[in-house]
Amino acid sequence: MAVRPMVKAEAVHKSFGRLEVLRGIDLEVMPKEVMCIIGPSGSGKSTFLRCINHLEKIDAGRLSVDGELVGYRERGNKLFELPDREVCRKRSEIGMVFQRFNLFPHMTALENIAEAPVRVKGESRATAEAHARSLLERVGLADKVKAYPNQLSGGQQQRVAIARALAMQPKLMLFDEPTSALDPELVGEVLEVMRALANDLGMTMVVVTHEMGFAREVGDSLVFMDGGVIVEAGKPREVLANPRHERTRLFLSKVL
Amino acid sequence: MAAGPPLRGSQAVRPEAIKAIPVRHPWRWVSTVVVVAAVAETVYIFVTAPNMNWGVVGRYLFGPLILQGIVVTLELTVLAMFIGVVLGIVLAVMRLSPNPVVSSVSWFYIWFFRGTPVLVQIFFWYNLASILPHIALGIPDGPVLFHASTNDLISPFTAAMLGLGLNEAAYMAEIVRAGLISVDHGQTEAAQALGMTRLLLMRRIVLPQAMRVIVPPTGNETISMLKTSSLAFVATVPELFTRQEQISNANFAVIELAIVASIWYLAMTSILTIGQYYVERYFARGAQRELPLTPFQRFRRMLFTFHAPPPSPVDMAATLPGHHP
Repeated sequence: MAVRPMVKAEAVHKSFGRLEVLRGIDLEVMPKEVMCIIGPSGSGKSTFLRCINHLEKIDAGRLSVDGELVGYRERGNKLFELPDREVCRKRSEIGMVFQRFNLFPHMTALENIAEAPVRVKGESRATAEAHARSLLERVGLADKVKAYPNQLSGGQQQRVAIARALAMQPKLMLFDEPTSALDPELVGEVLEVMRALANDLGMTMVVVTHEMGFAREVGDSLVFMDGGVIVEAGKPREVLANPRHERTRLFLSKVL
Repeated sequence: MAAGPPLRGSQAVRPEAIKAIPVRHPWRWVSTVVVVAAVAETVYIFVTAPNMNWGVVGRYLFGPLILQGIVVTLELTVLAMFIGVVLGIVLAVMRLSPNPVVSSVSWFYIWFFRGTPVLVQIFFWYNLASILPHIALGIPDGPVLFHASTNDLISPFTAAMLGLGLNEAAYMAEIVRAGLISVDHGQTEAAQALGMTRLLLMRRIVLPQAMRVIVPPTGNETISMLKTSSLAFVATVPELFTRQEQISNANFAVIELAIVASIWYLAMTSILTIGQYYVERYFARGAQRELPLTPFQRFRRMLFTFHAPPPSPVDMAATLPGHHP
């Protein structure tokens, strides 16, 4: 029996007003796969990522996660919008890491991580905090349990944000340019945590990034997007070494 | 790589700390004298006013009627602000709801209660019995679940509390809404991505951060309410101002009693101001690296910087923003 893809997109379209941001995206992410999405700004890569957990609604096409449509239920030939509660439940199974970290500034690192497991999943505080401590240890911040986000460096904040997403035990992790807001010398520590996620936990990951080194070494597949479409996709090494399309070649020549 | 030239910092011995004579501030001393003289003169004029009877002020300052009035004023302020804050938060969250019915109801409420004078609203509740002698709750043409005389249900105190509280809610709703929309949208997205529902993320993520923006104007509103509660006078509620009026109507010592009431209003607003400071300090956690100074610490610092040599390097390190041990 064929393995069911974790993410499956078919002809996904999305517009903001008159601006068409996604113009037919088709792709599949298999379980345990690490897919990196690269492309110039405005190419729609972040928007596509946000569609996967329904932070944005798609206008046309089909998008499903783990075999279930995102945001809708299909009965007969009709689509029914999911009620908010269902949307929230599905989002809770997908972790997301943002470019600007978005940690909750009024909570300590530990409280940031334990919040959703307690409030959304209904775990006991003791269980959630014990888990949160082990996650902080995993991302190398065991000594920052009581630190507030503004007492942490950017790299440390992003590692807490990754731990916060992991605390919900997601089946899929989305990374939206996780290192773009970091000082250059802090990028490595975050990528290292992400590499460990892929290698040690076998986490399924979709990573929008500009880190070509990470894409080459950790990514199982690489997608190059431009103008709302996928221009080229394949094994990272092949795409990066021998881009088949002129647009890919042009983009890579600017960033490599 | 070959070893470069020695780094600059390691070359020189650290020079002696600068010992300069601080800038003199003669005008600070001059202006101090002017201000003190003006205040002293004003106080003197009132103290020695020919027909001023300070004995009356002293006699009534802790008089039983005045003290009872203070208790009523405080009760009225606390209850009206409680209604205002709770209902205000509900209205603000409703106003931002994606549900058009819910947000319209909130819009209409704010439009109505903010658009009519609070004095009229107190009057309305106080005189409601004149048009509706009975209030009943039930199903039309069905059983009556509740029935009471309006006068029993709405006492003068309740009328004033409703008038002040419901009016305050409209203002608080806008203050809370301003706070909610001041929170970075990324916070909402991060909470949504974790699977939080709208109400949960409002309560746990957005509202606590909005508090930093909400608390200062709410303190302002509370202080304002303490004084606006004197409008309860029209509903014959025996609060501080009503008592002042009753007493001065009897003994004609209008200014004396006004001074008595003012002393108490000032004392109460001063206590509220201090309370507000500590509430703000509480909600600053996570927003500033160090908690702001308490008023006492600030006062001490002000005294020492009024005419003092510049702080020593040790003090500087302790006050640098971002420094934490």
